[in-house]
Amino acid sequence: MLCIAGTVPSNDFPLVEGVISFDGKRMRIGTLNIDVNRGTPALLAAAVKASEAIGRPAPFVYLVGDTGTGKGSHRLYAHMTETLPDVSFQTITFHYLQPIVHRHARLLEVLRNMNPRPRLIADAGYMYMAKMSGEASAYDLFTPDVGELAFLADEKAPHPFYTRGFILHEDNRVPDLIARAYQHRNAARYLLVKGKADYLADASGILETVDSPVEEALEAIGGTGDTLTGLVSVLVDAGYEMQEAAVAAMRINRLAGSYARPTPATQILDIIEHIPRACREVLAEKPFADKQQEHIA
Amino acid sequence: MALFDFLKGSKGKKASPGPDGHCDRGILLFENTGEVIQAETILKREGWTIRVMGPPPEVRQGCDLVIEFPLIEQLDIMRTLEAEKLPPLRIVPVTSPLLQPVDIFHVKDFGEYLMVRAANMKLTIDKKTGVFVNISGGGCPDVPFLAASMVGRTIADAPSPRDIGHTLCGYALQLAYEEVKRRCSA
Repeated sequence: MLCIAGTVPSNDFPLVEGVISFDGKRMRIGTLNIDVNRGTPALLAAAVKASEAIGRPAPFVYLVGDTGTGKGSHRLYAHMTETLPDVSFQTITFHYLQPIVHRHARLLEVLRNMNPRPRLIADAGYMYMAKMSGEASAYDLFTPDVGELAFLADEKAPHPFYTRGFILHEDNRVPDLIARAYQHRNAARYLLVKGKADYLADASGILETVDSPVEEALEAIGGTGDTLTGLVSVLVDAGYEMQEAAVAAMRINRLAGSYARPTPATQILDIIEHIPRACREVLAEKPFADKQQEHIA
Repeated sequence: MALFDFLKGSKGKKASPGPDGHCDRGILLFENTGEVIQAETILKREGWTIRVMGPPPEVRQGCDLVIEFPLIEQLDIMRTLEAEKLPPLRIVPVTSPLLQPVDIFHVKDFGEYLMVRAANMKLTIDKKTGVFVNISGGGCPDVPFLAASMVGRTIADAPSPRDIGHTLCGYALQLAYEEVKRRCSA
């Protein structure tokens, strides 16, 4: 089962765990409703839609309210550190959590001792934390955008805010940034780089590139990276190999974005509603169609 | 404009006495970035020459900013912060170069819309109406909160990230916000 851990932008939202549902407008866990905007709610909504499209169960979530003070994140790290030894997940995706060094160290120790070991995917603040702590290689997949890739490539920067200018200027040289991130052991086993073109890479270099359809406006729309992380998480958890999961996710995300006919003012919910159609279309193509039967079976 | 002062190396009315900018300086450590932003506002308002910087590795906790200040002014600065009920957690002398916040902006003109990126944060505005239409990038938990608070509101009535943000991503968004304001008022 896929587990997703992240935050909701409200100080009143309690720490909750369980299976989430999505009616196309809002998500629900227990008696709580969650608006779908950028951040973890966008990732979750995309993941629920993709799960439905391929006949998989909705993800299990650990969620807490945090508006940036870190208080909710502290509680979530502590709760997962305490409870994960007693549960089992095939895949865990960590998302918008405040980077907190000592909390991450304890949680990672628990993750390392899980048997079977889940595949570990990190994005957003938790990915910053994984890199900052020098433990990037403990993870299976990071999903940075190009700016965040520059941060991973800068061995001195503890946060994208401190990425040095000479590295930040290398935005258009993705292969060099990827190589530098691996050279300094600041990358997960795989990197899915989100941008004008999307890339999957590992320590040997770029493995896959997806660059169509192109919608320039998507860069401005908050949440398009979150949805991509949600899609690849679902597909990896469904049993697709990393390379096929990444290519399918990149294509589905781009296609859904294109179907929304986006402008820079488009909101992420307008794109998420096209994910089921994009999923069906991409996964009906070879080589995904055969794989889908195999994985769902 | 206080936020940009440190990027421009401005001089306050109480100048640092040290020639090398390091051995005579200390850093103020706070509970969280939100407190750093408040302290920066207070100290700049009072005329102190300070800079917001990245912490050295030995005191790094996570999503951090620190305030660099002239050590010789420690007592007065402490009195100022205590009077505002914002004492730092610790004061540490600066013994190695501090990380410099990013100061590069990328601007993309979509015609009807303008997008400004600072570090990992992107802010997009409708040029005609002055309404913020999207916030993208970033990874700290205040980013979705900032987006929910700012998107759909005009540049005149939206809250500033420095007033409601708490993290480095929020701080980067403030830089983009100031740049958008500058460009829209030019």
